[in-house]
Formats: sequence, structure tokens, C-alpha cells
Amino acid sequence: MFNHLKISVCALALLSAPAFAQQTSITIGMALEPPNLDPTGGAAAAIDEVVYANVMEGLTRFGPDGSVNAALAASWDISEDGTVYTFSLRDGVTFHDGTTMDAEDVKFSLDRARAEDSTNAQKALFAGIADVTVVDPLTVQVTLSEPNGNFLFNMAWGDAVIVAPESAADMATNPVGTGPFQFSEWVQGDRVEIVAYDGYWGDKPALSEATFKFISDATAAFAAMMAGDVDAFPNFPAPETLAQLDADPRFNVIVGSTEGETILSTNNANVSDVRVRKAIAHAINRQDIIDGAMFGYGTPIGTHFAPHNPDYMDLTGNSAYDPDLSRQILADAGITDLKLRLALPPPTYARRGGEIIAAQLREVGIETAITNVEWAQWIESVFRGKDFDLTIVSHTEPMDIGIYARPDYYFQYDRPEFQDLNATLEVTADPAQRSTLLAEMQQIIADDYVNGYLFQLAKTGVANANIVGLWENSPTQANDLTGVSWTQ
Amino acid sequence: MKRNLIIGGALSTLFTLAALLSFLWTPYDVTALNIGAKFGTPNGQNLLGTDHFGRDILSMLMVGARISIAVALAAVSFGILLGVPLGLLAAARRGSVVDEIIMRSNDLVFAFPSLVIAILITAVFGPSLWNAILAIGIFNTPVFARVTRGAALSLWTLDYIMAARVAGKGAFRISFEHILPNILNLLIVQATIQFAVGIIIEAGLSYVGLGAQPPIPSWGRMLADSQTMISFAPHLALFPGAAIVLMVLGLNLLGDGLRDALDPKIRRART
Repeated sequence: MFNHLKISVCALALLSAPAFAQQTSITIGMALEPPNLDPTGGAAAAIDEVVYANVMEGLTRFGPDGSVNAALAASWDISEDGTVYTFSLRDGVTFHDGTTMDAEDVKFSLDRARAEDSTNAQKALFAGIADVTVVDPLTVQVTLSEPNGNFLFNMAWGDAVIVAPESAADMATNPVGTGPFQFSEWVQGDRVEIVAYDGYWGDKPALSEATFKFISDATAAFAAMMAGDVDAFPNFPAPETLAQLDADPRFNVIVGSTEGETILSTNNANVSDVRVRKAIAHAINRQDIIDGAMFGYGTPIGTHFAPHNPDYMDLTGNSAYDPDLSRQILADAGITDLKLRLALPPPTYARRGGEIIAAQLREVGIETAITNVEWAQWIESVFRGKDFDLTIVSHTEPMDIGIYARPDYYFQYDRPEFQDLNATLEVTADPAQRSTLLAEMQQIIADDYVNGYLFQLAKTGVANANIVGLWENSPTQANDLTGVSWTQ
Repeated sequence: MKRNLIIGGALSTLFTLAALLSFLWTPYDVTALNIGAKFGTPNGQNLLGTDHFGRDILSMLMVGARISIAVALAAVSFGILLGVPLGLLAAARRGSVVDEIIMRSNDLVFAFPSLVIAILITAVFGPSLWNAILAIGIFNTPVFARVTRGAALSLWTLDYIMAARVAGKGAFRISFEHILPNILNLLIVQATIQFAVGIIIEAGLSYVGLGAQPPIPSWGRMLADSQTMISFAPHLALFPGAAIVLMVLGLNLLGDGLRDALDPKIRRART
């Protein structure tokens, strides 16, 4: 007995020793609060930024470099014809409520996401699934109606995480997943707290708890960072202060890339004349917007594709800054007195970028009426209601050129040729063929001037200099804390 | 104190002249951006420097003065046009149901803080210059109604009003021919004070994004925009901030000076 006690005391001492030296809690700043915490039922990026890889896991997952890695599926076999995926699940995986994660849960999750009445924001990810069969508790077979080269990629999205039938209904307020952290508390309007989950199947994270604090105001975010109220702000909303933070030895400024194509979204139903859209495109000086709104952070784009992707085509020349050409196009088309509405959501890129674009459009004779809107209002009237002419928004989902194949999507671009190409792309697995298709698609939407393509949003993060392991780039919307630790 | 009147008058005139001048001429076009010249400190070309879009701050302040003054002026006029007749009516029908309805409705508006009313109105009807005017104007109405009623009530008991009534003049004519001219000095002083309040509320609304919308420059939004840049470009916040302070100070001093100059009781007490 006494020996036992001695051993326990020693063990305790050993365990607690590093705790004194090292901090194991972290506070992450986020500009936007998620509307709910269910990644399978909401489109907001902020949901994934809290739960992805931390609380919820899917069959596969994105790595920091954007690669698709194994997660709950330890391995998989793909049939010759590319339509049957057999996933071997990891053994000993439990949900945070203690129930076991097995093939039934995978079937439930996928069937739930692709069901008729599913509220999944990315139903297209599951559209190709014809059938999900449970072979045995640790093997699940997914049959696709057509081969889909992107299937493993699709399964890595936050929208494709695995949930349990017991807890799926309450996901919005109490997300129960298989991740290394479990949900602890959500104080609405302030923060979400997660704590390490003891029963996690994989490597335990170095952190024992994490708090996501929501600070929408750029000034307050800067103040919170300076005061040490937040330890890291992965998407820092005030690019103008980065130089000052960078010069401060207490902080690291991490600049990387995101999947955020920032565009001057144009309602193609209202601005249906391609000549007008072309005139708008040539009136825009991207470098001025990047310098003026983002203080130099951002890469100009000429189509809706991420520049760090190997299939990216630099089509910026297609819509090069040329106000004289814009004026000429408008004059040739006989268009005068053009007045458009410009709705600006809260992010810096939109509010500041919008003022710059308005000035640039005015130069060529296009008047804009700016309205600043909050996100809820933007989702309601612009995104759902489609009641807008122009708006500025960053599309942060990875590989989202497919939205141009959806005529009912908020910018309402309807081009059958593009839709056919996209349908072909979805069933093409050959990388070379996919590259060709993607190139063609990028060219079409650039030639049609569907939207004004502005720049690729940079990921400008600020973190305490003692924190390591934060993602440098944003291949998906996430604040993956599994590899994050304090050096002292 | 003549000094109040002179300093207040000088400051108010300065801003008014700057605003009027901006209709004809500004050093630079305020809607033209010049990103390459951003954060310019005050120099020979840009007397007050340039902002984060490279716009000339002096030009923006001049046009901003125009907006501030226009909004405050319109809102004060709104308050006077609505509040003074209501106050006169309430005083003429003192003690009646009409008086009660007018004054209790005023209390209702008064019960809400002015800025909250303004935010409410602009949030419901959408942010624009006109809604800002409406919002501030509505808050001004009970102020003028109360001042008018209070002053008019004391006049109604005076002998010369009685004489007018005996002569057969109706309440309407008495209100406008005898009461109004005699409370004009009070109203002018009150208008000056409300003007200053209007400027502050307009700046406040613009600061939270509910006032004049871009690209129209406004003092409040200039402050809001420059918040995060204050550490490395303080002049962006300093000049619009100083403009608001000086304008409001000027109007308050002017109001004080006018009261001293116009109020016979105070004048008599001093001499």
C-alpha cells in the first residue's frame, strides 16, 4: 500500500513537473462568432474554425499543407473502376460521450448529410454517393454513382465530419465528436471553451484546454493582443497594425495563404451585360486595393482560383487595370449614368476595399451607392435574397470553382458550357485531365467577367512568440490545435 | 462676458466658412484616392497630411464640416419647426387635454437617451444622411417644445397679453404676434446649444457607421477609420478629433455669449 502511494506521489510529481514550467492553455482570438457549432448544418467558416480537427473529425482530414490525410479511416481501398471506396476504420475510437465510433456511425453521418431533408451546407460533397454499406464494425463501403476523383478530398471537409446518432440532434449547441478536445462551454457573444479529451484515440495534444474568444472590432482585437488577453489571433482583422506587432519581440506575425478568393461579387441577373462587367473589371486596380485595404497582404488573382494551387492560371492580364478601356467599352455600349449598389460586409477587405473600388469605378463613370451591412443582414439579403448589384466577399472554401456551375448561387451565373465542364470534372480522376478541365473553367469565368476578381486573401496571424505549431496557411477553415504547444 | 461671444463666434464662423468654401473649392478632390501617397504627414502640399487612402485630410475636414453643419442645421430646424408650434399650442391650451398629450409625448421621447433614439432610427430605416437628420431632429423636438411652453406660460400671465385678449385677439395670433417675438432670444440660445449637440450626435452616428455613408467624408467616420492606425499615424485621428472639439466648443461659447447678450435680466444684473 505504502509503496503504491510512493509510486503515485512520484508519478504525480513527474506529471505535474512540466505543468509548472509550461503553459497548457491557450486563448485564440477570432473575429467572428459562429452562429452555431454544427459543421454539418451551417455554412459559417467560424464553425469550422472552432471545431474542425479539434472537436470533430471525418474519415479523412486536411493537413496544414492542404494534403488529404487519414483521420478516422486508417486506410482505404478504391475499386478498379473508382466507384467503390472501402474504408478501414481505426479501432478504439470513442465519441466524447463515451459511445464507440464504428461503421454504423459513418453510415449514419453520410446518409444524414446526403438525405433529402439534410441541412448540410455543402450537400454537393455527398451528391455522388449512391450507397453506404456497413461491412463489419470497422469496415464501411461507400459506392459512388460515378467515379469521383475528389471523393477523399470531399470527405476531409468540415461538413463531412462523423457524428453519432445519439448526439447529432444537439450538435448546434453541444457538438460531440471524436476529436482530441471536447466541447466544454459556450458563452454566447464572448467565447467557446474546449478541453482535452482523455479517451482520444490518437496522440494527445500538448494543450489541456483552449478558449476561442470572439472579438469582432479591429481596435479591440489589437488591444486584446497587446494586453495578452488572447495568445494568438490566426486571422488578425487589422492588417495595418501588423508591422507594429511584428516589431514587438513578444509576438510572431505569421503570414500565409488562404483559400479565400476575394471577389467583387456581381449579381449577374442585374448586371447581365457582359460589357458592363468587363468595364468594371478593367476599372479595378488590384494593387491599390491590396496596398490600401490590406496593407500589402494579398496576391492579385484574375480568376476564381487559389494562386498557390498548381492548376492556377494567372489571368490577371485578362482584366488588367485600364480605365481608358473601361470608359471606351461603356461608351461603345452606349451606357451612361450607370449606378450600382455596393453592399459591404464587416471585414476590413470589404469595408476598406469597397471604398477604394467605389472611387475606381467613379473614375470611369460608374457611380456606386455603398451600404455597410452586418453579416446576418448580408446572408439574409445578399446571399439568400440575391438583392444586390455588387458586394465584396472572400470565398474561403477550398477548390470552390464549382459554385460557378450553380445558377441559383447568389451571383447567379448561368453558363451551360461551364456546368458541363464542372460535371465532367467531378467524375474525372486523372490529374492531367483535371488540370486541363480546371484551366478551361478558369478561362471561361475570367472571359465572362462573372465577378471582379480582386486578390487572394492572405492569412495574417499574430501569436505569442512562445507558441509553436499554429498553421501558417489556411488550406481549409480551421484552427487546428492538435499540434500547438508552448515553448515555455 | 464678451470674450465668449467673440471666441465662439470666431470658431463657428471659421468652420462655417470652411464648409461654404468647400462647395466651391477644396485643395484636393476628396473622392480621389491616391494609395501611393497614404499616411503623408502634414507638409506643404497637404497641410494636414493624407489619410490611409492618400486623401487630403484638410479637404476631407472641409467637406466633413459641410456635412456636420448641414445635418445639425437641418436637425435644429426640424426641432424648431415642430417643437416651437407644439410648445406654443401647449401654452395656449395650458391645462387642457391637448397640453397633456403634447407634453407627455415629449416626456416619452425625452425618456430615451438621444443617441439611442438616433441609433434606433438609423438602424430601422437604414443608414443615410437623411435618417441621421430625422433622428437628431426628433430628439430636438421636445427640447424646443419644452423651452417654448415654459417661457410662453410665464408670458401668458402678463398684462399686455391680457390687453391683447381683451382687444379680441385669438390665441393663435397672440402666440405668434406677442409670445414668439418675446421668447426668440431664448430659442436662439437653445438652438445654438442644440446645434452643438447635433454635431456631436452626427459624429457619434458616423463613428458607428450610421451617419453619412462613404465616399462622403464625415468627421466621425474619419475618427473610426483611423482608430487602429493611431499608433503610427496619429494625425489621422488628431485633426478630425480637434475639429469636433473646436466646433462644439465654439458653438457652446457662442450660445453662452448670446445668452449673456440677449437676456435682459442677466444684462441688467451685470450692470
